Amino acid sequence: MNRKKLQKLTDSLTKNCKHFNKLEVKCLINLFYNLVGDVTERQGLVVGLDRNAFRNILHVTFGMTDDMIMDRVFRAFDKDNDGCITVSEWVYGLSVFLRGTLEEKMKYCFDVFDLNGDGFISKEEMFHMLKNSLLKQPSEEDPGEGIKDLVEITLKKMDHDHDGKLSFADYEQAVREETLLLEAFGPCLPDPKSQKEFEAQVFKDPNEFNEV
Amino acid sequence: MGAALTRSAQWTAAGHGARALETTPLNEAILKEIIVFVESFICKHPQEADYVFVEPLEWKTRLDPSAFGLGHVVSETTVKSEEADKNGQPLLFLSVPEIKVRSFGQLSRVLYIAQNTKLEEAQACIEANRNPIAKILGLDYNMIKEINEDSSVLTILDKITKDGDPESEIKMKIALLLKQLDLHLHNRSLKNISLEIRLNPGTVKNDIELLKRSSGKGEKTVLESIEYTSDYEFSNGCRAPPWRQIQGEICYVLVKPHDADALCITCSKEGVFLNGGKTDDEGEINYERKGEIYKDLVTLLREKSAVFSENMSQQDVRFNGEQQKEEDQPDEAPEEEAAALRKASAAFRRSALERKQISLGRSQLTKRLEPSLNWKTTVDAKGKSSRRDTQEEKRGGRLEKSRPSTSPGKAQLIRKSAEKIEEIISESSSESEEDEEPPDHLQEANTDLPSEYWQIQKLVKYLKGGNQTATVIALCCMQDFNLAQETCQLAIRDVGGLEVLINLLETDEVKCMIGSLKILKEISHNPQIRRNIVDLGGLPVMVNILDSPHKSLKCLAAETIANVAKFRRAWRAVRRHGGITKLVALLDCRQHATEPAERSLYEAHDGEVARCGALALWSCSKSYANKEAIRRAGGIPLLAQLLKTSHENMLIPVVGTLQECASEENYRAAIKAERIIENLVKKLNSENKQLQKHCAMAIYQCAEDEETRELVRLHGGLRALASLLSNADNKERLAAVTGAAWKCSTSKENVTKFREHKAIEALVGLLTDQPEEVLVSTVGALGECCREPEGRVTVRKRGGVQPLVDLLVGTNRALLVNVTKAIGACAVEPESMMIIDHLDGVRLLWSLLKNPHPDVKASAAWALCPCIQNAKDAGEMVRSFVGGLELVVNLLKSDNKEVLASVCAAITNIAKDQENLAVITDHGVVPLLSKLANTNDDTLRRHLAEAISRCCMWGRNRVAFGEHKVVAPLVRYLKSNDTNVHRATAQALYQLSEDADNCITMHENGAVKLLLHMVGSPDQDLQEAAAGCIANIRRLALATEKARYN
Repeated sequence: MNRKKLQKLTDSLTKNCKHFNKLEVKCLINLFYNLVGDVTERQGLVVGLDRNAFRNILHVTFGMTDDMIMDRVFRAFDKDNDGCITVSEWVYGLSVFLRGTLEEKMKYCFDVFDLNGDGFISKEEMFHMLKNSLLKQPSEEDPGEGIKDLVEITLKKMDHDHDGKLSFADYEQAVREETLLLEAFGPCLPDPKSQKEFEAQVFKDPNEFNEV
Repeated sequence: MGAALTRSAQWTAAGHGARALETTPLNEAILKEIIVFVESFICKHPQEADYVFVEPLEWKTRLDPSAFGLGHVVSETTVKSEEADKNGQPLLFLSVPEIKVRSFGQLSRVLYIAQNTKLEEAQACIEANRNPIAKILGLDYNMIKEINEDSSVLTILDKITKDGDPESEIKMKIALLLKQLDLHLHNRSLKNISLEIRLNPGTVKNDIELLKRSSGKGEKTVLESIEYTSDYEFSNGCRAPPWRQIQGEICYVLVKPHDADALCITCSKEGVFLNGGKTDDEGEINYERKGEIYKDLVTLLREKSAVFSENMSQQDVRFNGEQQKEEDQPDEAPEEEAAALRKASAAFRRSALERKQISLGRSQLTKRLEPSLNWKTTVDAKGKSSRRDTQEEKRGGRLEKSRPSTSPGKAQLIRKSAEKIEEIISESSSESEEDEEPPDHLQEANTDLPSEYWQIQKLVKYLKGGNQTATVIALCCMQDFNLAQETCQLAIRDVGGLEVLINLLETDEVKCMIGSLKILKEISHNPQIRRNIVDLGGLPVMVNILDSPHKSLKCLAAETIANVAKFRRAWRAVRRHGGITKLVALLDCRQHATEPAERSLYEAHDGEVARCGALALWSCSKSYANKEAIRRAGGIPLLAQLLKTSHENMLIPVVGTLQECASEENYRAAIKAERIIENLVKKLNSENKQLQKHCAMAIYQCAEDEETRELVRLHGGLRALASLLSNADNKERLAAVTGAAWKCSTSKENVTKFREHKAIEALVGLLTDQPEEVLVSTVGALGECCREPEGRVTVRKRGGVQPLVDLLVGTNRALLVNVTKAIGACAVEPESMMIIDHLDGVRLLWSLLKNPHPDVKASAAWALCPCIQNAKDAGEMVRSFVGGLELVVNLLKSDNKEVLASVCAAITNIAKDQENLAVITDHGVVPLLSKLANTNDDTLRRHLAEAISRCCMWGRNRVAFGEHKVVAPLVRYLKSNDTNVHRATAQALYQLSEDADNCITMHENGAVKLLLHMVGSPDQDLQEAAAGCIANIRRLALATEKARYN
């Protein structure tokens, strides 16, 4: 990609993104193209990361393991739902992912947890997300019992309007009361350590990228 | 009485002949009880009071024959009672100083005569008669009791029914009364003892013996084996080598549990812990501590071995069962017997009733002793050991023989000395006061558990078996319970939640750690939970978290430490794991100043971190070693820095820490150097009452120092204090403020300032209706203010004298010292003196000379001096106190320097009146003063010399002083460095030199040269006295020469 085009892209993305400065945006764009590989841009074909490539990044760089959550994170990044993360989706997604305010992160996490995208986290969705969260106890006959109970107590804690499912308002209120509940149904944000490593690595030396 | 005496009273170490009772509070309490018993005997049991003892009680009394009056035949050195026994022997016979008493009636009369020296007489009597019961009732009664305590009463009863002799009936009644007393004393001393016992060789040995009995092969046993490492037992019951005993270690045991490797365990006074084990080559033990300290062996083993803990709970039942049986038997028998007897003889109804009372008392006692073999982990170590001790004692001779090492006196001695050593090496005494670890109560297994219990149990299950996500959910839900409520706190512990929560702290899942700390922070308000957290090793983990890069974690950890570290073991744990240094580092806000502005989700402000650090330090700063550690870690400059902020919630812990630490000298110096006083003074003006209180407390501590007092004044602190004085709503703050005012008023300039700010008026207003701690400081401050004439006038005009005099009847020692001082200061002014005299204040002061505390005595005697000086008709007034002069003279026998000096000063003033001088001379003031002459204390020397010079003015006292060899030591006083001593001595010598023999002695001791020197002194009185003395000596020399040549 030529330098002029890159400059223009950087400028426009920086304008739309409040958490990164120009240099950082540039670094992220560079990283993106490094990851996508040397695909020459053609008319009509979207350049981007597909699901597998993105999941790979989440797993390797941010240590995520839960397939379902990683899928959901991909969907949250992929705003236009075309199965491919473009460079602008990449930069925007990362800005929330790494530096988002509490409000942004809440929205993002809620999107991740709302598996079917209907605006509510239902009991079934919770059960789905929590189903692997308890060690199977040999004494228990039905391992699902524990999970069901866990879902019930979670709902009791977070469902403020008592309609048997979590709306965004429920979720928001619960998180504001106790920030720990932000990632209530599974880790979908980078843990502080890997975030630090990632940032240190990517934003290390902007000049280096310029030369690439 | 006998049993209580031999077992509970604290005797001094045996060795030289007769043993003496130590003067401990316990002994004093016992003696007082005995005195009350004997005194009331004559009224309560008039018949028994006439009973003649089998053998007389003999002891050396200090009572004077002249003290005996009605009913006694008194001669110069002997007294006989008119009462006599059947053979015409008097029931009381005194031949100075031996006294023999043969009935309770006479005994109580003796105590009545003894008045003030009751305690001494009772002590002397008991020291001389180690087995009073044998003497009173005869040897056989005593023997019966010793052999079988439980059935003794029955045997006596049997005997009596056979004899039918009226004397035996009385005898028996007395025996019963004595037994009642004995039980009563036991109960009392038990209460005392149970407060102070910790692990001791006896308890440890007992534990090991019991474990041994239930060890061996087989499934039902608790352990495979348990062995001492050393067969040799020292006389104090310890098996550790002496150099380890100094560390408080008692013995080492090798334990082989069923389900774990052999453990090598150290039992020490502090508790029980794993050591490094036996080294293979030499069989030496590696004494290094390798694990946590547990409070006893069973707790440790429960922790280390699951099989032990399981089998133990079964053993529990058995042990308890056995125990029950043992105790039931002796109690049942007398009950039946008693019933039979009641039927048999109506004549004995009364005694049977009494006996029933006894057995009732007994069963109460045994009930309290019951849990001694209870192995529940939760029984408090202290309580257990004490109960067990007394249990052993109760069972009497047999058991004691098999276990000679734990006679209570000795054990106590060991404990005492060990404690002393421990105090020196590790902690300050202030720690032990607060080291109250409250007893645990485990929830009864079968009581109705609240629904929270089950819900919490479920959550803890998810904590244990969940991944990070489930754990966080469970933690968040747990926070919704009312964690301030004890049921929830204990439920978390009882279902094993504490272990999990502490384990979570060792992971590196930030969210789990935060959640766990949030819960720990809340439940650690409960004292039992605190102890459990420490037992589980929670503190080192939390100390490590203080290094975390996440500030909110640091905050939570520090806050939790602040809650947990409320007792000595916790303070020590924090210090030993480097917590103090890390906490001090938290105080430093500046180091983070460069960090990026944006904060990630779980972060806190730097200020918050510092606040939490200060909170934790505040909790920890109650021990000397920790205070030192804080200082060494550079905490003082940081605290000084934080003091400049204006956030109250930050300032309170900061000032609190400073206030705790200011009890140490080097802190006060540092506080001065860091200009902390200035800020403390500023914060006095804050709105927050708690902050004001802590500031005032800190100033109170620091104002011992002259310069600091000046600083307080310079920064306007006196005005703030004065204005706070007029606000009496908050008593705690008021106590702190009056304290600060008291200390500050030690400087003259400050008193002037206080007067300007009308502080004296406010202080006078605080003399009534205030708690004692306020009164102590208020009166102290007034005492200082009254040293200035203006202050005295203000106090008088404001009506302060009356409430001060009213306070003289109190009992608080510190208060009495201050009140007497203040009244002494007021009495300097004649008008105030009139008021004091009018209110009979002098008599009250005089009666304080009988106070048991030497500092009160001394302070009262000092206060009497200006009173006698300024009272109208002082001589007449002094004479009007019956026995007053004798009391003062007798105080010269005290061994407290301050008392002696003050009494000498009082005598100087009393002796100004010729008639009184005559009276005190009759009371033997001359020999008593002479006895004091060989002293090096300059204050005493000065007042002694003054008293001597005054007392010379009567009769042949001059000669008498010479005969009592007072002159030579007095001459030596002239070599002192104190001019006050010189003046007083020269005056005394001048008076003494009127007698020729004294002149010779002076001359022989080289007084002339010393006095010649003093003639050149600028002090006129000294000049005059020295010159007069030399003149007298010279005149004598001339006279002799003249005589020789004529």
